[in-house]
Amino acid sequence: MTMELDTTEVAAKTPDHEQPWAELGLKEHEYDRIRDILGRRPTNAELAMYSVMWSEHCSYKSSKVHLRRFGEQAPHSDALLVGMGENAGVVDVGHGYAVTFKIESHNHPSYVEPYQGAATGVGGIVRDILAMGARPIAVMDPLRFGPMDAPDTKRVLPGVVAGIGGYGNCLGLPNIGGEVVFDPSYAANPLVNALCVGVLRHEDIHLANASGVGNKIVLFGARTGGDGIGGASILASESFDDTKPSKRPSVQVGDPFMEKVLIECCLELFSARVVEGIQDLGAAGISCATSELASNGDGGMHVDLEKVLLRDPSLTPGEILMSESQERMMGVVAPENLDAFLAITAKWDVETAVIGEVTDTGRLVIDWHGETIVDVDPRTVAHDGPVYERPYERPAWQDDLQAASPSSLPRPAGGAQLRETLLQLAAAPNLASKSWVTDQYDRYVLGNTVLAQPENAGVVRIDDQTGLGVAVATDGNGRYTKLDPYAGAQLALAEAYRNVATSGARPVAVTDCLNFGSPEDPGVMWQFAEAVRGLADGCQTLGTPVTGGNVSLYNQTGDVAILPTPVVGVLGVLDDVARRTPLGFRETGHAIYLLGTTREEFGGSEWAHVVHGHLGGLPPAVDLDAERQLGEILIAAARDGLIDAAHDLSDGGLAQALVESTLRYGVGARVAVPGGIDPFVFLFSESQGRALVAVSPDTDERFVRLCAERGYPNQRIGVVGGAALSVDDLFDVDLDELRRAHESTFPAAFDA
Amino acid sequence: MRIGVVTFPGSLDDHDAARAVRVAGGDPVVLWHADADVRGVDAVVLPGGFSYGDYLRAGAIAGMAPVMSAVVDAARGGMPVLGICNGFQVLCEAHLLPGAMLRNEHLRFVCRDQRLRVENAATSWTSAYGQGQEIVVPLKNIDGCYVADERTLDELEAEGRVAFRYVGENPNGSLRDIAGITNARGNVVGLMPHPEHAVDALTGPTTDGLGFFTSVLEGMAHA
Repeated sequence: MTMELDTTEVAAKTPDHEQPWAELGLKEHEYDRIRDILGRRPTNAELAMYSVMWSEHCSYKSSKVHLRRFGEQAPHSDALLVGMGENAGVVDVGHGYAVTFKIESHNHPSYVEPYQGAATGVGGIVRDILAMGARPIAVMDPLRFGPMDAPDTKRVLPGVVAGIGGYGNCLGLPNIGGEVVFDPSYAANPLVNALCVGVLRHEDIHLANASGVGNKIVLFGARTGGDGIGGASILASESFDDTKPSKRPSVQVGDPFMEKVLIECCLELFSARVVEGIQDLGAAGISCATSELASNGDGGMHVDLEKVLLRDPSLTPGEILMSESQERMMGVVAPENLDAFLAITAKWDVETAVIGEVTDTGRLVIDWHGETIVDVDPRTVAHDGPVYERPYERPAWQDDLQAASPSSLPRPAGGAQLRETLLQLAAAPNLASKSWVTDQYDRYVLGNTVLAQPENAGVVRIDDQTGLGVAVATDGNGRYTKLDPYAGAQLALAEAYRNVATSGARPVAVTDCLNFGSPEDPGVMWQFAEAVRGLADGCQTLGTPVTGGNVSLYNQTGDVAILPTPVVGVLGVLDDVARRTPLGFRETGHAIYLLGTTREEFGGSEWAHVVHGHLGGLPPAVDLDAERQLGEILIAAARDGLIDAAHDLSDGGLAQALVESTLRYGVGARVAVPGGIDPFVFLFSESQGRALVAVSPDTDERFVRLCAERGYPNQRIGVVGGAALSVDDLFDVDLDELRRAHESTFPAAFDA
Repeated sequence: MRIGVVTFPGSLDDHDAARAVRVAGGDPVVLWHADADVRGVDAVVLPGGFSYGDYLRAGAIAGMAPVMSAVVDAARGGMPVLGICNGFQVLCEAHLLPGAMLRNEHLRFVCRDQRLRVENAATSWTSAYGQGQEIVVPLKNIDGCYVADERTLDELEAEGRVAFRYVGENPNGSLRDIAGITNARGNVVGLMPHPEHAVDALTGPTTDGLGFFTSVLEGMAHA
């Protein structure tokens, strides 16, 4: 069968030609709008471009109206060099250095094909960071799965972890943190989020725009193949449904070796100053890169699509435009620099093709063997996609959920039951040691990792001379967010902020990955709107702007959405990483202080979840001013060398913090329950704004004075030492027994 | 003293190896896989990573890289050569050391702080250690299970050419707990663990790895 090439000329003459807009994920009114914009029907290639670029994943059409808050309410920050809207935000960290960081989701592909889905998630976010002109220096992966004992979790989790390790380890980026969380709502919608941090000099910032008429458009890296066609529109922007065909062909396949070479090659291109603009190829492939580069630059571009190097010569022009083959970059290169550019890509054995040039026509024109198959205003593809004001409404069940307080749940009483609860929580999937996962990631490569999991935050050194470095933590609590989306988003922010400050770093910026169900459900849309509002307000209070991130919608199976899960990443700066605070107790005789106020707060707690399978009531109260004060104390104490160890309090409360602090170096602690508080509340409440610190007798007085000066509540609750964790005369747990409980859960579940 | 560190496409720990050389007081020299010579260096480190993606077999393509003929000649002439992780695999593929590495027994990548015993403190890269000294350095690999035929293993043992052994749980199924070996002359040493990641207390679990680099510098100073 021969098919006539669907040129713009043909399209103009055949207005009634039936087109597969629905199969490509477009709604009828969206298709009609494309026809209005073009004044004719789109060609097949144009339809392919619009369908991927107007997908939820690429266009943020349901979330845009809410996300504006992050810009409108952004706190003033002198540190912000590049804000939202670019591949990633860029923050000044001093000494001429800047840091760029961003988090993204790769949820649906990781469910369909866990290894490749997770691997290419790492690859994609790394290229975003690279495209800013930065050297990627670390990654971290917040992960969420269905119940640990579900058969499908045994397929998904090991595959995802192996994929992240297989790609990240081969790429040579240390994996310094993240999360592993289990909840039944993620059973058919695991969340695989990936964060990358990069570093660059201020003068090296590169932006994605195609300026300078006559400049060459160069596609380099891996060849274009048939993998990942329609990944953004079909896979990422629809719910799963058994009635549709398998989506495995929509998952991309990664080649980490190619990406490693591409990183080194790009960094050499940047340092040789032979690149005017650069864009990574991710979702929507060439469609995205050409339309975004053109509309952010002088507005015109001409491409000869047959010049694209192919892995599969049978691909149609539309498929080439939509392919999401990995490890590709698009550069804008001045003609006089082209030879130097090609010499560098040749040195790294990176295949390169000059596929077009920048024009002043204001049109993106793509030819296929001399015949025009795309002729569009690139802005209409990249920026003027549909914007939906989706209806949203507080779900009817929200009141009942909040009324179902955990206050009447039976609680452990007496030493033996408290001891049993502590061990039960220490071994629970969400709180158990994650070494089984993180030992599959290289945390040492690049030689700058100062702290990595299970520490409060990952800390990497940027500059050997000064010791300048950054700390990053990600957090999110879907249970809290379900109980109260506004508060839940702020609690995620508060926890990540606290983790960064606990490690001794000054929090400066935020990235977020907003994982929610279907935006077509008004209840889900309400959760989303509330979470965005909470996060924007919270960032304003804490003075940490959102610099970028990602929205992942349609995380649901049938009518059942995942727990609303905003994952928040906070970046902090350490002027000297030698001043960082580790979490483990080390020295016998150090005093243990609890900072902050403990209230009876069990709504959404790990205790209610693990012991009673209960979710109801209200999450812990948020007090961001208190978080800020606590942060200032922890940062000052680290800088002045007043504390030896610190651990933030979050899921599982004080008990879990004590478990982790004692097991880290195998040094025990003896703790006394202060008067006037119930031991159960003291040990297991999840009140916010709290941290545990260990203080040497030499600095004890100065530390107490620091807290007093700032008027922050603090109590001396115990002393470091021994081979057990002891709480008053209530109970003792030998550290060996505690370690067995805490460290056996993952091997028992996944080694079998 | 100039110590060359080879960068193959896919090398990952080349900068760390260079830093370790610097910390020990040497001058690191960048060597490129496509070069035909070793630029007159006094010793060579083949760093960790996934050279050429390790898609064929770990170290197999790197073993045939242009720079390797020069490294092999220099090693046969007595120049100290250290292969770390992927570098060890490359040394085996280049037949400077016997045996080969298979996928870890449990089939997973493993990254952990590993205790080793220095079984031969007389090589170019281990003279700073005491015989039988235990050290802790990071281990991180997926193809780390050392294998060789029985006769080779017996020879290695008899000639004192097992340079390092894992202490405690064997992390990858290596035969006879072998973590690293040396050639008969003691100038070529390969091991799976990463001494270059244990030269700074801030970023490594210990500074136990520094001795590799001070050993070779000391040896050359007295040569």
